[in-house]
Amino acid sequence: MSPSRWMAVVISLAVLAVGVAACGSSDSGSSSGELSGQVAGAGSSAQEAAQEAWIANFESENSDVTVSYDPVGSGGGREQFVAGGTAFGGSDAALEEEEGELKGAIERCKPGQLIEIPDYISPIAVVYNLPSVETLQLSPETLAKIFNQEITSWDDQAIAADNPGVELPSTRITPVNRSDESGTTENFVDYLSKAAPSVWKYPVDGNWPVKGGEAAQGTSGVVEAVGAGEGAIGYADESQAGELGIAKIKVGSEYVEPSSEAAAKILEESPEDKALSKGPYMFPFELDRKTEATGTYPIVLTSYLMACTHYGSADEAAIVKAYLEYVISSEGQEAAAENAGSAPLSESLREKITPAIEAIETS
Amino acid sequence: MESSAADTRALLTSPPVGGPLWRRKAFNRVMTGLIVAAFAIALIPLFSLLFEVVKRGLPGMSWEFLTGTPRGIVGGGGAAHAIVGTVVITGVTAIISVPIGILAAIYLTEYGGKGRLRRWLTFFVDVMTGIPSIVAGLFAFALFAIFLGPGIRLGLMGAVALSVLMIPIVIRSSEEVLKIVPNHLREASYALGTPKWRTIVKVVLPTAFAGLVTGVMIAVARIVGETAPLLVTTGIVDSINTNPFEGRMQNLAVYAYSEYRTPGVMKQASYDRAWAAALTLIAIVMILNVVARLVYRRYKTEIK
Amino acid sequence: MESSQATGAPPLAAAAGPRRHWGDRAFSGLAIGAGLTVLGLLAGVALFLLIEALPAASASPDRLPEGKSLVDYIAPLAFGTVLAAAIAVLIAVPLAVAAALFISHIAPRRIVLALGFLVDLLAAIPSIVYGLWGIFVLGPAAVPVLEWLEQKLGFIVFFKGPASATGRTMLVASLVLAVMILPIVSAVCREVFSQTPRKLQEGALALGATRWEMIRMTVLPFGKSSIISGSMLGLGRALGETMAVTIILSVSGIVTFNLISQANPSTIAANIALDFPESSGLAVNTLIASGLVLFAITLVTNLAARAIISRQNIQ
Repeated sequence: MSPSRWMAVVISLAVLAVGVAACGSSDSGSSSGELSGQVAGAGSSAQEAAQEAWIANFESENSDVTVSYDPVGSGGGREQFVAGGTAFGGSDAALEEEEGELKGAIERCKPGQLIEIPDYISPIAVVYNLPSVETLQLSPETLAKIFNQEITSWDDQAIAADNPGVELPSTRITPVNRSDESGTTENFVDYLSKAAPSVWKYPVDGNWPVKGGEAAQGTSGVVEAVGAGEGAIGYADESQAGELGIAKIKVGSEYVEPSSEAAAKILEESPEDKALSKGPYMFPFELDRKTEATGTYPIVLTSYLMACTHYGSADEAAIVKAYLEYVISSEGQEAAAENAGSAPLSESLREKITPAIEAIETS
Repeated sequence: MESSAADTRALLTSPPVGGPLWRRKAFNRVMTGLIVAAFAIALIPLFSLLFEVVKRGLPGMSWEFLTGTPRGIVGGGGAAHAIVGTVVITGVTAIISVPIGILAAIYLTEYGGKGRLRRWLTFFVDVMTGIPSIVAGLFAFALFAIFLGPGIRLGLMGAVALSVLMIPIVIRSSEEVLKIVPNHLREASYALGTPKWRTIVKVVLPTAFAGLVTGVMIAVARIVGETAPLLVTTGIVDSINTNPFEGRMQNLAVYAYSEYRTPGVMKQASYDRAWAAALTLIAIVMILNVVARLVYRRYKTEIK
Repeated sequence: MESSQATGAPPLAAAAGPRRHWGDRAFSGLAIGAGLTVLGLLAGVALFLLIEALPAASASPDRLPEGKSLVDYIAPLAFGTVLAAAIAVLIAVPLAVAAALFISHIAPRRIVLALGFLVDLLAAIPSIVYGLWGIFVLGPAAVPVLEWLEQKLGFIVFFKGPASATGRTMLVASLVLAVMILPIVSAVCREVFSQTPRKLQEGALALGATRWEMIRMTVLPFGKSSIISGSMLGLGRALGETMAVTIILSVSGIVTFNLISQANPSTIAANIALDFPESSGLAVNTLIASGLVLFAITLVTNLAARAIISRQNIQ
């Protein structure tokens, strides 16, 4: 084939590629909202599904805006926010002094203030697969012993003590945990270490510390694994539990099921973490895992949103403000509940954090 | 390897042993049967794979899947952004790898001679073919992180990672093809006074053209399905991005993986999309392979 | 081999005289430049990985993931990597050799091309598809087999069990790896088996050998080095495979030879894929350090393969 034919092939392929690209990029719609521009956020992957829903709804109302959220994990989210690479960040843990993150974030937001608000609360359910057992009740100590493999069969005395009158089979217990690093693991382990400190001695981390269990990837992996084996028990986002049995956990003297209200309630029962709250618009909570208040469910994952009250570009500030307004609004929280199974923020909490959003300067 | 006199003598002086003829024949039948069975066993996974991918991928496949994006749609949408991303990233990878690969192959076959550079290059190309794909991804990440900070995710990073994997493949296959071009063609060209570079461009390359194109297409087919290097370099986004120098870019392989890993509340729909993306990937790879072979048959120059 | 003669510097071009065409200089400069770029790229890979891995090597253990020292972190991963790859090669090589023999010596001539195409198709399938197939199809299908192994052969350390209920075990992951490397090994063997000198083969048959005996006496010895080189190629691929293992394996970070239980060692590549997306700071450096170790392992395998082959050739 002659060189000129060669060139013809190359050129036509290039034209084809450009054509595909041009077709594709007309995907952003034509109508004009007042807001326009691009805003990037990154952080906790626990918030991924919720952020997807928020972004989808927000973009359909504001078709000239592109919001992106990269679920790189809480650590990366904090890193990128402090470095100024993202306009907002998602983090499963409040900013801390360690590694200078808190100071760095406050610096980053100058001359404005740092905003840190809870935007996502998700109950973590303890799911199990025992067709013969309708309701399962577990106290924190029993739960801890099951997951650190001290208790190995379902008819153990400790479990029987929590479930008087229930016929427990002698099946072997298969504990299922997360193989990937996750905020769900971190919050579950945090609960175990605070509610059953005499039994659970492992450090709190996003990586599951006990070797020998079945390790599954992602919440969906855990649910699949528990569903596949009789006698399996695991921890997962309550919204994805599907058909699996959900255990009731002992709070005070009652056994409580995970639910949106019970999960949202724990934030109301928990005090603000004074040590980490360094500004008027920061609301980090110290979850009281040992609470005994009725109607609370303490195994929850709380995720925060970090932003600033001042941005370099007025467009960026306007988009962030409108987006965050939507995120904490009741419609936004409902959308997240539907798509991600989170617990909507309670009205009183919303009132508390709204001034932070309103403080974002858009002029 | 030529059969030497020693080999033949060895054969003549050590007749097949193993006992009476009937037993040897029976053993022969058993071994033949085992070999056939092994071949069949080796093919079972292929058929199972293709069957399952088609069976599970078809429910998720639709016009909307191929042309829509998740933008503006909660928990659903199509994979157009992933398909476009795959095309863009693969395109940039090819733009980087093909010139470098073919030129390096030209160096090895036409200019290298017995020099030291040539021997080192051959050795290192061999080493490069063995780089694990995730290591190539980490390299691209490390490279860009040092200059642009650790949070950066670009389509270009993915292309660089894939180039590290594609270049040695292109070099190897191009080298094979260029070696086959007979020397008398080159010598005839020199005899006419043509300078070396024109000989290469006007005689050697056109003769090897079909083989070169086939080699490149097969290399592209290998690269298109790579997930691991892109997992650590290109990020996740729900809109179409055609600019490899800016912003995150989704692609089919990572899309299939993330739909499987974080399916959201409507689990089966996400799994369907993951399988549909897998099906699309396999379709692209198959088409590339078949077209590559057809191009070869149609355009190859018969050497007399 | 004839083709090697074509790569010597073509004789007449050098006789063009002292006035070398500027085009020649430019073009040869380009070609040499490309060669140097490739070398630079490889050096770059080693260099940049080293730079990013160093912070993890010099940090104190309590700042690293899991609070272990770098060596303690990577060693179990290296063990799992080698274990999975070794089992995969053990399963794949006999099957691949058999498949190659089938195509080169037993199958009817007319369908040989089609059969070769089919086996090569296995190599074209993306690894993520293998991963999805492994966890959704092969794993569940393997559970009865795992239980049988635990019952009948449970005294062997490999099958101690208890058998996993989901099939996401080292045995299944290695099986999938074996399927993935089979076409690679088979292609290399096929090439060489079909080039066994006819004289040798016909000589054996003329002496009254059965077809199997002919294969055993001539084809296999002739192709011995290709079997080894193909296996090493497959081994290298299995060592570096990421997505299939990431999706299929239920990883627990322990070191064990138990192939059928739910607690399995992880591999370096799978560990990176699982942890990288959520990692930041020193964790990233640690993962890159483990990637460097993987690179070293595959490099050593590669070099060992070449050494074995060149020794075979000399003999």
